[in-house]
Amino acid sequence: MADLLLELLSEEIPARMQAQAARDLERNVVGALSDRGLLFEGAKSFAGPRRLTLALSGLPPRQHDVSEERKGPRVDAPAKAIDGFLRSAGVTLEQCERRNDGKGEFYLAVIHRKGRATADVLAEVLPDCLAKLPWAKSMRWPQPTNTPVRWVRPLHSILCTLDGEVVPLAFAGVTSGNRTVGHRFLSRGKIEVRRFDDYAKKLRDGYVMLDGGERKDVILQEVKNRAFALGLELIDDPGLLEEVAGLAEWPVVLIGAIEDEYMEVPGEILQTAMRVHQKYFSLRNLKTGTLANRFAVVANMITADNGKTIVAGNERVLRARLSDAKFFWDQDRTQLERVERIESLAGEIAERIGADVKRAKQAARLCKADLTTGVVGEFPELQGVMGRFYALNDGEDAEVADAIRDHYKPQGPSDSLPHSKVSMAVALADKLQSLFMFFAIDEKPTGSGDPFALRRSALGALRIIIDNKLRLDIATLGGYQPGDLRDFLIDRLKVHLRDAGTRYDLIDAAAAVVRDCDFLRLVWRIEALQSFLKSDDGANLLTAYRRAVNIVKAEEKKDKTVYDGAPDPEALILAQEKTLFVELATASELIRAELARERFGQAMGVMAHLRKHVDAFFDNVTVNDKDPLLRKNRLLLLSRLRSTLHTVADFSKIEG
Amino acid sequence: MAGSPVKKKTFQDLILTLQSFWASKGCLILQPYDDQMGAGTFHPATTLRALGPRPWRAAYVQPSRRPKDGRYGENPNRLQHYYQFQVIMKPAPADILDQYLESVRTIGLDPALHDIRFVEDDWESPTLGAWGLGWQVDCDGMEISQFTYFQQVGGIDCDPVSAEITYGLERLAMYVQNVEFVYDLAFNEDFRYGEVFHQAEQEFSAFNFEMADTEILFRHFSDAEKQCRELIGGNKKLVLPAYDQCIKASHVFNLLDARGVISVTERAAYIARVRTLAKACCEAWLATPMGDYKPRFG
Repeated sequence: MADLLLELLSEEIPARMQAQAARDLERNVVGALSDRGLLFEGAKSFAGPRRLTLALSGLPPRQHDVSEERKGPRVDAPAKAIDGFLRSAGVTLEQCERRNDGKGEFYLAVIHRKGRATADVLAEVLPDCLAKLPWAKSMRWPQPTNTPVRWVRPLHSILCTLDGEVVPLAFAGVTSGNRTVGHRFLSRGKIEVRRFDDYAKKLRDGYVMLDGGERKDVILQEVKNRAFALGLELIDDPGLLEEVAGLAEWPVVLIGAIEDEYMEVPGEILQTAMRVHQKYFSLRNLKTGTLANRFAVVANMITADNGKTIVAGNERVLRARLSDAKFFWDQDRTQLERVERIESLAGEIAERIGADVKRAKQAARLCKADLTTGVVGEFPELQGVMGRFYALNDGEDAEVADAIRDHYKPQGPSDSLPHSKVSMAVALADKLQSLFMFFAIDEKPTGSGDPFALRRSALGALRIIIDNKLRLDIATLGGYQPGDLRDFLIDRLKVHLRDAGTRYDLIDAAAAVVRDCDFLRLVWRIEALQSFLKSDDGANLLTAYRRAVNIVKAEEKKDKTVYDGAPDPEALILAQEKTLFVELATASELIRAELARERFGQAMGVMAHLRKHVDAFFDNVTVNDKDPLLRKNRLLLLSRLRSTLHTVADFSKIEG
Repeated sequence: MAGSPVKKKTFQDLILTLQSFWASKGCLILQPYDDQMGAGTFHPATTLRALGPRPWRAAYVQPSRRPKDGRYGENPNRLQHYYQFQVIMKPAPADILDQYLESVRTIGLDPALHDIRFVEDDWESPTLGAWGLGWQVDCDGMEISQFTYFQQVGGIDCDPVSAEITYGLERLAMYVQNVEFVYDLAFNEDFRYGEVFHQAEQEFSAFNFEMADTEILFRHFSDAEKQCRELIGGNKKLVLPAYDQCIKASHVFNLLDARGVISVTERAAYIARVRTLAKACCEAWLATPMGDYKPRFG
């Protein structure tokens, strides 16, 4: 049994890509080998800042020999066919057997394939496995080969041994060997290895912890110990842990201090500055739970002064960063016009949805005040959060401050909605303002581009309206013409309702018969329509509707006219058509009344009641009567059925 | 470390050291470009020379103007005018990272005492239509350089790929001299950085944020755009003068941005306008003798 050791040493691999790369490498190699009949006992893969490593144990020294019988053409087949067979099977005519299958004699080639040495198979498949690693982002670089490849960063060496012997291969202009190097700064010279055990040991001696999991454990334990010794504890941050473990081959935890003057800055800023820009862990006081004036930094270095210089340097960088944040604290610029539009919309919306108008307007006036402050310029993820701080700092009402923070909500399909009415009003005003303005200047999202995130704004506005059951016809808001925006919003509504299982054709059917932009009412109509169509009455009425429409359309085409108008009651002679006429007149009155009261279910119920009369009509009445007057009247009656149903929904848009 | 006898490098020592270091690696030592620009990458010695097959190696100091970064001379390390030291090598040498680390050692940062890391930072310049993959190089948590393998410039694939190294000279010097306030840097033995630049930072901050006449700037932008188009639009292609106009437009845009008169929508549109100019210049450059000359060395 043989063991494979493969290491790819490159320039620094982005931390976020390392773990996945190790998994992909293992999957590619394991797949390629098992496709070629090479099974093994164990696989281990590792990734770090500069190297990917794969170790397979218990590989057979070579593939099994295999024999394969291949049936050829009949012996009396044309020479061309026989030649082709011999070529494809790689045998001569003399090496073929002749067999008889009862129907005649044919050639049979028995191909013996000797199993190849595992090393040869590896040399052949590994370059392809490497080329196929699916990096999230890859690059070109000058490579001494005619077949350059894209990889995450320039590759420097390939270590590949099978049972201690080099497997010769080439990739990206690099040829394999049995040497590697240790830590960039803590190790010197080449390290020669034979198999995984001495590789791992020699690397450890060269200050490289191969295993990302081990690096994480070491960091976590060290941070906790060092914090505890100071009466502090770590504020958990698994994402940061993952990242810093990918930035060090030999992680060393150091503790630094934050100067007192910066402890006045809100904790959110401190934590964000430390985490995003400096990759420091924040710590908190064990007893009080407040943010501590200490941070933990993970270095990739052991120094003669035990990290003193490194800590001093990191503290200095943090001071500079926080001093910049402080400068921004006071800077301000206005976005007066935009804010005035949002403010006026927020006031109007607040009035309609029953929110405190004064507070909504005040929150709207202040909601963008933090945007041009440098703190937010520097840490954009704090927009709104900072605004709330500034507002509270200035003695604003808590509801106003919360609305400032929450007016960006929801930021995506999974984000929560603003919960107070004031926040809803401001959040809606902000989103609708963008939508109105961008549509007014014709900056609409295209198939590929939505630079101003208008789809997100639209979806957010719809969710706020629908989930909070807000009655708001946005077409009637101060001075804005919805225009194309209505269709855009209805498209977004389809996306939103699709997740709840609502068919898009029902949305089209319901939206086609109203002109307003009261989306909550539209949803009610859609829901009622959906449940109506699920019922027997609904399904049958739809069939009858289609039959009626098809007849009317066909006859209209034939007669080159449009059948639209009141049927003449005097010209109705059969009982079923008289009944339908009366029922339609009653139904249309009732439906009008129910729709006016927004009782969509009831309106559907009225239509359901029509079904049996329509069925009876079709069973007993011949539309295309010889008498042109009767025929015309019956067509008008069917046309009236269509127009009556269309007051509820445009049934012609319903599919299936 | 304690009581190190090595004299700390002055700001100008740093420049001289980097220049002679990269000269020894075969770089042309060029001088700053005489137009205002946001970064050394805009220098035609980088933007244009990164394109086409012809080998190229150059290093130079480039004053970089970032109007928005003005802090009226009050911030310890932000400046609206600072110096970048720029290295461009085409094709990127295989040992370029080792060369870079050697340069860091030469200027007095001993990797044995510090924590030097290559942290993923892919560079992109929307105005130049350029991008590359690389790192920011951190020393004890402070970014001391940007390292990029150019993949595209002006929307055109770079082949061969260049390596670009940018050192932020003031920050580097602050680190080397152990100075916390940029104006305290020793420029040479006798003068401090503040004596040279503090007043300029105060005046230009006021200009960038308060006084720059936006009407004039809007006009300058349109003029530069127009002139650039004319220079490469006709039969006679004057690529380098056209590219100068593109650089000017970019800087005027940065000033307008600092004045806060450009909205989010307009911002994207202005960037797109500069990018269109940059792309046109890059495409035109490839058709010139220096753009696609056959290599003489390398």
